[in-house]
Amino acid sequence: MIQIALVFAYVCIGLSLILAMWRLWKGPNVIDRVLALDTLVVNGIGMIVVFGISTGVETYFESALIIAMLGFVSTVAYARFVLRGNIIE
Amino acid sequence: MSLFLIVALPFLGALLPGLMVQAGRRACSITTGLVTLLALTGLLVNAPAVLSGEVQTARLEWLPGLGMNANFFLDPLGLFFAGLILGIGLLIIIYARFYLSREDSMGEFFTYLLLFQGAMVGIVLSDNVLVLLIFWELTSLSSFLLIGYWKHTAEGRQGARMALAVTGMGGLALIGGMLILGNIVGSYDLTEILQNREAIQASPLYLPALILILLGCFTKSAQFPFHFWLPHAMAAPTPVSAYLHSATMVKAGLFLMARLWPVLSGTDAWFYLVGTAGLITMVLGALIAIFKDDLKALLAFSTVSHLGLITMLLGFGTPFAALAAVFHILNHATFKAALFMTAGIVDHEAHTRDIKRLGGLRKLMPVTFVIATVASLSMAGIPLFNGFLSKEMMLEEAVHTTWAGSHWVLPVFVTIGALFSAAYSFRYVAHTFLGPVRDDYPHKPHDPGFGMWAPAAFLCVLVLAIGLMPFLVEPLVFTVAEAVIGGVGEIEEGYHLAIWHGLTPALLMSGIAVVGGLLLLALHRPLDRAWIATPRPEAKAMFDRLMAACVGGARGLTDALHDGALTRYAAIFTVTVVAAGAHAFWTGNLVVADRGGAIPDLVPLVGWALLVVSAAWLALSHRRRLLSLVLVSIVGLVISIGFNYFSAPDLALTQISVEVVTVILLLLALNFLPKTTPVESSVGKRTRDGLIAVVGGLGVGALSYALLVHEFAFETISDFHLENSYKGGGGHNVVNVILVDFRGFDTFGEIIVLGIAALVIYAATEALLSGPVRARLLNWVPDMVRAGDAHPLMMVVATRVMMPVVLMVGFYIFLRGHNEPGGGFIAGLVVAIGVVMQYMASGFAWADRRQRFPYHGIIGAGVLAAGLTGIGAWFAGQPFLTSDFGYARIPPFNEFELATAMAFDLGVFLAVVGAVLLSLESFSRIARRSNEQVSDYAMDIDPSRNEEA
Repeated sequence: MIQIALVFAYVCIGLSLILAMWRLWKGPNVIDRVLALDTLVVNGIGMIVVFGISTGVETYFESALIIAMLGFVSTVAYARFVLRGNIIE
Repeated sequence: MSLFLIVALPFLGALLPGLMVQAGRRACSITTGLVTLLALTGLLVNAPAVLSGEVQTARLEWLPGLGMNANFFLDPLGLFFAGLILGIGLLIIIYARFYLSREDSMGEFFTYLLLFQGAMVGIVLSDNVLVLLIFWELTSLSSFLLIGYWKHTAEGRQGARMALAVTGMGGLALIGGMLILGNIVGSYDLTEILQNREAIQASPLYLPALILILLGCFTKSAQFPFHFWLPHAMAAPTPVSAYLHSATMVKAGLFLMARLWPVLSGTDAWFYLVGTAGLITMVLGALIAIFKDDLKALLAFSTVSHLGLITMLLGFGTPFAALAAVFHILNHATFKAALFMTAGIVDHEAHTRDIKRLGGLRKLMPVTFVIATVASLSMAGIPLFNGFLSKEMMLEEAVHTTWAGSHWVLPVFVTIGALFSAAYSFRYVAHTFLGPVRDDYPHKPHDPGFGMWAPAAFLCVLVLAIGLMPFLVEPLVFTVAEAVIGGVGEIEEGYHLAIWHGLTPALLMSGIAVVGGLLLLALHRPLDRAWIATPRPEAKAMFDRLMAACVGGARGLTDALHDGALTRYAAIFTVTVVAAGAHAFWTGNLVVADRGGAIPDLVPLVGWALLVVSAAWLALSHRRRLLSLVLVSIVGLVISIGFNYFSAPDLALTQISVEVVTVILLLLALNFLPKTTPVESSVGKRTRDGLIAVVGGLGVGALSYALLVHEFAFETISDFHLENSYKGGGGHNVVNVILVDFRGFDTFGEIIVLGIAALVIYAATEALLSGPVRARLLNWVPDMVRAGDAHPLMMVVATRVMMPVVLMVGFYIFLRGHNEPGGGFIAGLVVAIGVVMQYMASGFAWADRRQRFPYHGIIGAGVLAAGLTGIGAWFAGQPFLTSDFGYARIPPFNEFELATAMAFDLGVFLAVVGAVLLSLESFSRIARRSNEQVSDYAMDIDPSRNEEA
């Protein structure tokens, strides 16, 4: 059962990675692209978590947590850049 | 006294003048003199033993693997030269004490002088040719400082540069020659080399070695065609000229030729190279000297001529010639140093050295006149003065030597040389001191104080003493000459230094020279006019042209390779690497693949596709900078996930943290940069660069593929690391143990580099901001529309909540790093990002005010902590950075491990935090200086914004 769920999750996440990439390609503006990048990060974290479940190695979860904790900072930085130009005002 | 101490004394003493000058000029010169006197005394204590045939040695292993040992030995030749260096050095110090004016920095002068003295003593006492080379270069450097001592004069600087260029090039050649010599013999010890005459002369490399060594000697001793630097070095203060350019440094080349005489001389190559160069130098130098109006230039060319004479004698390769050479070195040192001192006295008193403006000083400066006359007559080769004796021996030897089968070439030319020599010697006295007293001297001269003429007078006493009673120095000269000859031949039995040898051809030649010299002096005025009218090659102009050509060529090459454009560097690098790789591919033997490829799973394939697409896209759209940054982020993300996939969580975490920091750094910079990269190069160039890039990429791809399908050529060290990580380093996390333990020294270097990089960023931005960039920033208009709040509430709250979590995670990662994924580097990045979040949320001013420790200090503390941990190993008697670990238990906690590596890791942590934050802070400082509103509030919301909307 878990195997099926895992395969399903892999396929879904893989698909959403490709879709996010498509959004990145299409744009049309920079905000779409930054959001696409953020989606990629989120899906990447998901991928690591699923990977952790399928291998049973705990380190992957920690890794995912830390990426989640730090990954949003670059998105914020992009957002500030688009809005304000200067990210440390 | 130990030889080490004799060599070291001048160097140690060089520390003193700079300090003692605070106590006054007298104290400064007395200290310097005492140092020299001490070294001289130490030398003389050894003299009786050395002269009775006992060779003193002192040996110390320095770099035995290179054959380079601090070996010194004192034989009669070394004693003779060291005695000259220290003895005349003492006189020069006394003279310089009175010569230097109040404006001249005496401490600096004496420091250079002692450095030079130490280097010279080192040359003559070295028993290891490599150590000798080091001292040789040191004399070039210290003489550069001394010649350029009057930094304010252009002649001084140019003369110093020229001397350094010429002698430095010679030194370079000498290194080659000495290495060949050492290679032939199999040892770099001089005493060894001197035993192997047959082996060296039979070697096919004898001629190259000889030429290289002679290049070194000829440049140092100003032999034709390298003679031109010496007169330009006369821009130096007179004590320097008297010391370096008459008595010591220019004799270093002669010394080396004398030292290597037993193994190098006796061949045709030696005879024609050395003998001919010496002969040409002697005649040419003497000829030019006659027509020089500057007293010091006259003496300089006369020195060139006399050095040529000695070189020629050494070139003859007979024991008697060697004896004459040694004797003339002694005599020349005495009379020439005295003459230079008189030239300095005249310059000092009359404020000019131009002979055409002088004359008649006999009445005004009687003491100086007497000294100059005695020394000049000796230089001219008049009987009863010491110069006569050795010149006579030289003439005698020339009569018996055939040059290219001809019996008359040498006698004729040496007579001409002696004649010229007599002429300029007479002119020095006649045109300076004789004649009517003039009333148009720049300054009315009179005899200087006792201290200034006493050293010269002392040398004149020596001139007369040796001239009248040559038997006094006979034992010394014979012993030294025997040391030069080194058992290769013997001096004629029963020969004695004497004034009268009977009616010999040499006496006749001497007579011709003196009479001819007087004749030339009488005819000087018309000859001088003719000389000035004759065009002749100007050595300085040629040298300058050569230097300009070299500098131009070097600049052209540098500009071609190093034009400041990153594309050029990358292209050169890529092409070189690809070419080397291609060469290796076609000449090496690439075996068949060891294993086949594997079909990847679907999910990694998606990651691979993302990587390929974003990389290709990046190449296509690299001119849109923001988009490029987004694409780079994707590459980083995929790589990070890839590291996770391949079970390298350490690397994954590092990668993602570095990505975040990079994005922030680049966005900070991008704010002030154009948002697109302009097209700068032509289509052709871009096509070429594209091709290079494609080839480079294919090369790297091929390399990766080759690594994937082949076994490693060498055994990997992974197994060693895995095996010893816990046993030796006390940690289960191999990556961390490698970083802080196995390769701790690397890491130590890396955090230092990281810290330096951050400090450079800081310094560069500070420099920019205090320069014209500041004005441009103040007038800078943001090129993007502003929207939203500066410090929005949501972000401020989110980051504040995150901060403790981030810090805790950082702490946790740091602590467990030794055994589980983590460590100081990642922890540092995590904490730095946590702090940067605060900067972004509440602004620079707010965050900076709450930052109590300067980031420079944090970097420093980190490096210090790591360094101290490393040093701690010394106290346990272990090498630097040896780690140790143990277990401790503090109730109620479980037993835990303590490793010194953890303190080291703390250093890494601090250095990373400091470096990251310092560079980010420096970048955002640029924005702060632009004309922007600054807010100190944590949150900064414009309540009217929504109303307007």
